[in-house]
Amino acid sequence: MKKSPKFKGLSLHIMPFSEIRELTITERVKKLLQLILGNKVIILQGRLRPEEEIRLIEDTMTMVDHIKNFKGIELAVIDPGNKEDSFLLKMRRGLARGLTGDTTSLTVIGPASIVKEIKKDPSKLEIFLG
Amino acid sequence: MIKILSKLFGGFFRRKDNIKIGFYGPPNAGKTSLANLLCKDWTGEELGSVSDIPHETREVQFKEKVEIEHKGKKLMLKLIDTPGIATKIDYEDFLHHGVPKQEAKKRAKEATQGIIEAIKWLDDMDAVIVVLDASENPYSQVNITIIGNLLARKIPVLIVANKIDLKKADAKKIEAAFPEYNVVGISAKKALNMDEFYTALFKLTKKI
Repeated sequence: MKKSPKFKGLSLHIMPFSEIRELTITERVKKLLQLILGNKVIILQGRLRPEEEIRLIEDTMTMVDHIKNFKGIELAVIDPGNKEDSFLLKMRRGLARGLTGDTTSLTVIGPASIVKEIKKDPSKLEIFLG
Repeated sequence: MIKILSKLFGGFFRRKDNIKIGFYGPPNAGKTSLANLLCKDWTGEELGSVSDIPHETREVQFKEKVEIEHKGKKLMLKLIDTPGIATKIDYEDFLHHGVPKQEAKKRAKEATQGIIEAIKWLDDMDAVIVVLDASENPYSQVNITIIGNLLARKIPVLIVANKIDLKKADAKKIEAAFPEYNVVGISAKKALNMDEFYTALFKLTKKI
């Protein structure tokens, strides 16, 4: 049976939090973007802090501007905490854990050309491949 | 002595007198429509152009000294409309809206720079109105990233669930996603529920 061309080149990179724990915000974002530019979908154990997420978006936009055929990223965080927990509680918990390394969440980051869309609702997460 | 007192208290009074309110959110949520509605009502002039094509606002634009009066109280605001924040920009998306290829590429380049500019302005805001499209899923990572950054910076937030005039709209879903925040459902296009919006805006400025 012929393989679907849609999955050609899909490569997952499982990243334990320890791989970025000692890095500065600049180094973390640089490392993630290098992998994304290599067409890797990253499954990061843990989550980035809000300022790291926004820095990732900022640096991604600079890359889109300078690298041909790079269209950006898809990003989603899966929080295994109680789904009844409010946004603020999750965010506060995330902020607190961000300082020490939140290893209970998972962050999925991939190049927009491969990950077409990540749809989230409180009970599930769906990744649509391009 | 007067100089010292002026330095000590002057900043406080100036800040209260020209409060910087930013409009943030994803593209096409209606940030400029809402900013325009406020500017038109209180200054007679609009702030920027509005379109169905995403990333119509690609530069930060602002209007100084917008005086708003509501229920006998007055506020002097500086309204700052920002480009929609997104994690991806594809010029081909503009082609689907009938934009010619060269123009689409130019638009995409400007949109990426607009997002960078919007992020840089975050630290300058006294308070932020996050405008979300009430007909879209509120749990997108961009929405969470924007609100998370405002929380980390301790910037007061009002969430506007815009486009409640649409059949698909569900402001309750936005309230459920962000229960600790004040959420107001409006239609900037049809000026619906603006009385509740102004009440929430005055409440927001008290948190500064």
